[in-house]
Amino acid sequence: MARKSLTALALLLATPAFAEDTLNALVWCDHTDPALIEPFEKAHNVKVNLKEFEGTAAGLAILDQSQPGDWDVMVIDSVDVRRAVEAGKLAELPADKLPTADFFPDLVMANNNTVDGKTYAVTEKFGYNTISYDKTKVDPKDMEDMAALTSGKYDGKIGIYDYYLPVLGLVALGQGIKTADLNAETLPKLAEPLAALRKSAKQVSDVVSSQTALATGDVDIVVGGGEWLTAVLAKDNPNLDWTIPKQGGLRWSQSIAEVAGTKKADLALEFIQYIVSPEGQAALAQSSCYWGMPANQKAGDLLSPEAKAVLRWDQQPDYIARSQLYPIPDAATDAKMQDMWTAMLNQ
Amino acid sequence: MSIASAERKLGWGLLAPALLWTAAFFVVPFLAMLALSFAHMEGRAVVQGFDAGNYIRAFTDWSQLKALINSVEITVTVTVISVVLAWPLAAIIAWQVPARFQRLALLMAVLPFWTSYVVRSYSWLLVLGKNGVINKALMGIGVISEPLALASTRTATVIGFVHFFVMLLTLTIYANLIQLSPNYARAAQDLGASRWATFVHVILPLTLPGVITGAFVTFVLCIGDYITPQILGGNTELTLPQLIMLQMGRSGNFPMASALSVVLMGVVTVAYAACSRWLRLDRL
Repeated sequence: MARKSLTALALLLATPAFAEDTLNALVWCDHTDPALIEPFEKAHNVKVNLKEFEGTAAGLAILDQSQPGDWDVMVIDSVDVRRAVEAGKLAELPADKLPTADFFPDLVMANNNTVDGKTYAVTEKFGYNTISYDKTKVDPKDMEDMAALTSGKYDGKIGIYDYYLPVLGLVALGQGIKTADLNAETLPKLAEPLAALRKSAKQVSDVVSSQTALATGDVDIVVGGGEWLTAVLAKDNPNLDWTIPKQGGLRWSQSIAEVAGTKKADLALEFIQYIVSPEGQAALAQSSCYWGMPANQKAGDLLSPEAKAVLRWDQQPDYIARSQLYPIPDAATDAKMQDMWTAMLNQ
Repeated sequence: MSIASAERKLGWGLLAPALLWTAAFFVVPFLAMLALSFAHMEGRAVVQGFDAGNYIRAFTDWSQLKALINSVEITVTVTVISVVLAWPLAAIIAWQVPARFQRLALLMAVLPFWTSYVVRSYSWLLVLGKNGVINKALMGIGVISEPLALASTRTATVIGFVHFFVMLLTLTIYANLIQLSPNYARAAQDLGASRWATFVHVILPLTLPGVITGAFVTFVLCIGDYITPQILGGNTELTLPQLIMLQMGRSGNFPMASALSVVLMGVVTVAYAACSRWLRLDRL
C-alpha cells in the first residue's frame, strides 16, 4: 500500500505528455539539443517530449512507476541493456532495419545490445572516461601515467568526475585490474588508491562543475574526463586536452532502445533510425550538452575537419584498442562500489 | 440544532479543505515514506517488511552519520551568521532609512531573489574561484600572493547559503522591528538604562519572535537544500540531502533514501521543538 502511494506520487512527477502526435523519450541531456530533435519533429510532424534522467537506476525507476505505453524510447548505458531487458523494460528491435553495418565494428556491441539472439538496443554514441587537463598548466607527459596523479605534484589541482563506475574503473586499470574483473573480491583493492586520489583532489563534481573548474583554472586535471568534457570548451579554450594514459581508459557508450509496451512502435523505430542515421549521429556527436563519437562511421562525412579533430576521429582505432568497457557489477558489487564512493566523498 | 453545534459544523466545514489537503499531500505521503523506510533491498528489488536496518546504518555507518553531522554543522553556522548579519541590516532599514525609502531598501535587499537559485550558485562558483573576483582583487591589492582556496569548500557553501538567507531573515526581523514602538526604548532610557542595556534587555527580547521565526525557516530550508552544497561544496563533503539523492538517483535504494529523509524530518522536528516557544509564523 505504502509502496503504491509512493509510486502514485512519483508518477505525478514523471508523467509524460500525452498526445497522438507525441513521442515520449527518456533521454540524457545530449538529446535535448534542438539541432538534433527539431529535424525529426519537422520531418514527421510530431512533438518529441523529452525527459532527462541520470543513471540507469533512475531510468528504470521511472519506468517502474509508469504505465506501459507512457514512454516510447529510452537512452541507456550500453552495458546496462541486458539488465533492462531482464527487467522486461525493452522491446525487441528489427535488427535488419538498423544500419549497424556502417558502425565502427567494436561499437556494434552485440554482446550488450543483443540478448538471446534478439536485438533490444543500438549503440548511438561513445567516448572515453580518461584524463582531461590544461596543457599549459601540467606536463602532458605526466598525464600518460596515472601514477602522476597521486605523486604529490598535482595535489589540489585535480578534480574527479562524480560518477563511481568510470572512476572506479580507471582506478582499477591503474592497479592492473581489468574492468571486467571488478567484483566483490577485487573491489577492496581499490579502496586505498581511491582514497589517495581523493586526497590529491580538490573536488569531486558533476559535468558542469567539472567543466567550470577546468575552464576557470580551479583545477588543472579532471580524472574521468575526456572529449565529452573538453570538446564543448575547445573553441574558447584550446589549451584543454585529454589523453588515454598508458594504463588505459574507460570507454563509455550509450544505446537507444524502444521501451516495452510502447503504443507507437513505428514512430519509436523511426526515431531510433533517425538517431543512428548519419545526420542524427552528426548532430548527436556535437550536442550542446556534451560531445561524443558517433557509432555510425558514415557520420564522419557530415562532420567538419575541426569537429573530427576535437573528437580525435583518426585515432579511434588506437583508442578503442586501449580502452575497456565500463564495469558491469552485479547488484551486491554495485552496492559495495557505491558505498566505497560515498565513503570517499565523506573522507 | 443549537447555535454552538451549527458553528462547530461550520468550523469543520471551513477547515475541511485544509485538512484534506494536508492529509493528501503530507500525511499520506509521509506514512508511505515511513513504511518504505522499514523496507530493504534484495538485489535491485524493494522488499517490504519491518526492518530497522536502514536506521541502524544511518547512525552507525560513519559515511552516513558524517553526512548528518555535516548538515547540522553547516546549517547552524549559516543560521547564526545570517542572523548576525540580518539583524543590523533590518534595524538600519527600519530605524535609519527614511520611511519613504524603506520599500526601496527592502526591494534592493530581496533583489537577488529574482535570479535563479541554480544560476546564483554557479555565479558564486565563478566569484570564489582561483581566478575569481575575490582572489583577483585580494591579489591585486597585495593582501595575498597565492589565490585562496574558496570554491569547492564548506566556506563556499556557507557563503552561498548566507547570501540567500540574510535576505529572508532581514524581512522577518524588519517586520518585527517596524511594529516596535519607540516608546519602549524611551521608557527604558528614562528609567536609567544605557543604550546597550536597552538593546539587550528590551529591544532584543522583543524582536526574538521575528528572529526565531526567520532562523527556524532558515534552518529548515538550509538543512534540506541539495543544490548549494552540490554546486559550491564541490563534493568535498556530503550533506544529508546529497546522500539522499545518491541513494535515489544512483542506487535506486528508496528504502535507505526514505530512512534518511525521516531522519532529516526528525532533525527539523527537534529544531521546531526548540524554537516553538518563540515561533510566530504569522510574522513571515
